[in-house]
Amino acid sequence: MSDIAATPGDAATPGDVARTPSEAAARAAKRPVGAAAKRGRIKLSRVGLYAFLITITFVWLMPLLVAIYEALRTNGDVVKNGIFSFPQSLTLDNFTTAWGSTEPSFPQAYLNTAIVTVPAVIVVLLVGSMVAYAVSKYSWRLNLLVLMLFTAGNLLPQQAIILPMYRLYSTHLLPWPFTDNGGNLLYNQYIGIIVIHVIFQLGFVVFVLSNYMKTLGHEIIEAALVDGAGVFRIWAGIVMPLCKPAIAAMATLQFTFIYNDFFWALVLMSTQDKRPITAALNTINGQYYTNYNLLAAAALLAAVPTILVFLALQRYFVRGLSLGATKG
Amino acid sequence: MADKPVTSAAPEQPGKSGLPGAAVTSASGSRQAGRSGGSSFRDRAPFNRLPFIGRQRWHLLTRKDKLVLAVMVGIPLIFDLILIWGSVLVDFFWSLTDWHGFGAMTGGGPSHQFVGLDNYTQLFSGTYPFFWTAVVHNIFWLAFLMFVATPLGILMAVILDSKVKGLVIYRTVFYIPVVLSLALIGIIWQLQYAPDSNRGWIDGVLSWLGYSHPVVFGIDIPFVKDIPLIGQWCRDVSHTDWVGGPLAIIPTVIAASWRHVGYITILYLAGLQAFDPTLREAASIDGANARQTFFKVVFPVMKPINVVIVVITTIEALRAFDLAYITNGGRSPLELLSTLITNNAISESTRIGFGSAIAVVLAVVSLVPIVIFLAMTMREEKQ
Repeated sequence: MSDIAATPGDAATPGDVARTPSEAAARAAKRPVGAAAKRGRIKLSRVGLYAFLITITFVWLMPLLVAIYEALRTNGDVVKNGIFSFPQSLTLDNFTTAWGSTEPSFPQAYLNTAIVTVPAVIVVLLVGSMVAYAVSKYSWRLNLLVLMLFTAGNLLPQQAIILPMYRLYSTHLLPWPFTDNGGNLLYNQYIGIIVIHVIFQLGFVVFVLSNYMKTLGHEIIEAALVDGAGVFRIWAGIVMPLCKPAIAAMATLQFTFIYNDFFWALVLMSTQDKRPITAALNTINGQYYTNYNLLAAAALLAAVPTILVFLALQRYFVRGLSLGATKG
Repeated sequence: MADKPVTSAAPEQPGKSGLPGAAVTSASGSRQAGRSGGSSFRDRAPFNRLPFIGRQRWHLLTRKDKLVLAVMVGIPLIFDLILIWGSVLVDFFWSLTDWHGFGAMTGGGPSHQFVGLDNYTQLFSGTYPFFWTAVVHNIFWLAFLMFVATPLGILMAVILDSKVKGLVIYRTVFYIPVVLSLALIGIIWQLQYAPDSNRGWIDGVLSWLGYSHPVVFGIDIPFVKDIPLIGQWCRDVSHTDWVGGPLAIIPTVIAASWRHVGYITILYLAGLQAFDPTLREAASIDGANARQTFFKVVFPVMKPINVVIVVITTIEALRAFDLAYITNGGRSPLELLSTLITNNAISESTRIGFGSAIAVVLAVVSLVPIVIFLAMTMREEKQ
C-alpha cells in the first residue's frame, strides 16, 4: 500500500523525469529515418495540447473572474453599459455593503460557522481515529462489519435520513446540558448541528484513517502491549503521532466539508442569525436577487475562507481526497 | 459478512497455509490455536506484511483493554446505528402510513393510518407526476457527470500527469471549484446564466453570435449568425431564462460539472502518480503511442480507481440537492428525489408518510453503488 505516500502535489517525480528521455531515445532508435518528421509532429501536438490546456483553463476560471468583475463594479454601471464593457470605476463598495446587510451579517455568519466547524472537526477526528484504531489494529469478530456500517452511513444521501432526524430534533426533549435556546431540543441549536456533522462525517474519517493505520507497522503496537501499555495509551502515544499526516489531511478536508455543508443547518436551524455561512447563502441569494453585483460580492466573501485554506493547505486537501480513493 | 468461512478451517493446519492472513482466526474458542499459529508465522514470514496479524494480538489484551476498546467503538457505533441506520428504518415504517406529522405516531388515532404500499403505488403509478420527472432528472444528472464530466476529469488528470509547463496554475484552477460548496456554485453560475445578454456573459456571447451585436469591447465579427442552424439556435437560446426554462436541469448540471471535473482530476491524478512507471516504459519501448499506452496499459491497471470514480460519480448524482435548492427551491423544473423529500415533508407540506416513501426509494437506490464499493474494498482487503 505504498500509494498512501503518493502525494499528487508533486507531479514530477524522479521517475517522470527519467521516463520521457528514455522513451524518446527508444523511439529514435527504432525509427531513425522518421525521427525528424516525428519530432515535427510531436511539436505540433505539443502546441495543440497547450492550446487546449490554456483554453479550458480560461473557461474554468471564467465563472470566478466574472464574479470578481461583477463584484468590483456598481450595479448602475453594469445595467447601463452591460457586462461587456470597460468599467467606469472599480469599487469595493459591494463588499462593504454585503458585509453588514445580509441576514445574518457576515461577521455573525462566520462566527456561526466557526462555532459549528471547529468543535465538529476536533470531535470527529478524535472519535473517528479511535474507531479506526480499534477496527484496524485489533481484530475482533465484527470489525469489518462495523467498518462497513460506518462507511456506508456516510455515503447515504443526507435527505435519506432527514425526516426522522428532523422529527427527533424538533419534538423529542433531550436531557441536554448545553441548551442555548432555553429548551431541551436539539433543533435550532449549534450543538445539534455539531452532533449531526460528527455522526455523518464519522464514516468518512473512520474509513480513511483505518486504511491509513493498516499501513503502519504492527510490531510497535505488539511490543507496547507486551510492555504493558494499555490500548488507550497506545492510541494516544503511538498511533496518533504516527498518523499525523493523515490527521492533517483529514482536518483540512473535514473543515472544507463542514464549512460547505448547506443542508443540515438549512433544515435543522430555523433562526436566520444562527445559520452558518453556507446555509445562510439561501437567504442571501433571495435577498440580493435583483442586484447581481452585491450577490457576487457576497458569494466571494463566502468563498474566501475555503479558498484561502485550499491555497495554503492544497497538499493536505488533495492528499485527504486521494487517501479515500487510492488506498485500493 | 465480516467473518469469512475460511477462518474456521484454518487453525487446524496453521503451518501449511500459504496465505497466513486467511489462516489466523478470531473465531471464539480458538484463541489458543490462533496464538500458536501466530508464533509459527512469526518464524516464517515478514511479520508486518501479514494483513490480519492483529488477530493474534487479542490474547495480549487485559480485561480493561477490551473494555476501553468496546467503549471506543461501542459509543460511536450506537449513535451511528440509531441515528443513521435507525433513520432509514424509521423512514420505512413511516412510508407505510399517511402520517402528516401531527399527533403521536404511536397509540393510533385519526392523525395517521397504516396504508400499506399506497404511497409507493402513488409514486410509481405516476399519480404524483413529479416523482418520475425527478427520477429522469437524477438519471440525467448521473449520465452527464458520468459521460461528460468524469471523462473530462480523467483527461485532465492524464494531461497534468505528463510534463506540462505551468502545471501548478492549471491544477490550482481546476481544483478551486472543488473546495466551493455547491450552494455557492449555484450562486456563481446564476451570474453566468443571467437571462439578459447585457448581464450574463453566456447569454451575451450567444446573442452576439446570433445577431452579432457590435458591443463586445467594440469588436464585431459577423460570422456565426449566418451559419444555418447554429446561428438560429444562438438567437433562440439567448434571452431565454436558463435556469427557469423547462430544460433548466442542463445548465444546472453543467454548473455541477464545474466542480465534478476537478474532483475526478484529483482522484485520478493520485492514482496515476501511484502508477508503476516501468509498465509505461515497457509499453513505450514496445512502440505504443500515448493513446495506446493509456487505453491498453494504464486504464486497465487502474481498475480499482476506475470503480471508485464510477461509484463516487453515482453517489454525487444521487446526492444532488444544494444546487437545485438554491436555484429555485428544488421545485419544478429542477425537482430531484432529494428536493422532493424535503419539500413534501419539511419545507412546504408535512406529508411525512409520502416523503418517507421517496426517502426509502432514494436510500435503496443509493445502497447499490455503496454495496458495490464496499464489496470491492473488502475483497481487496482479504487478498
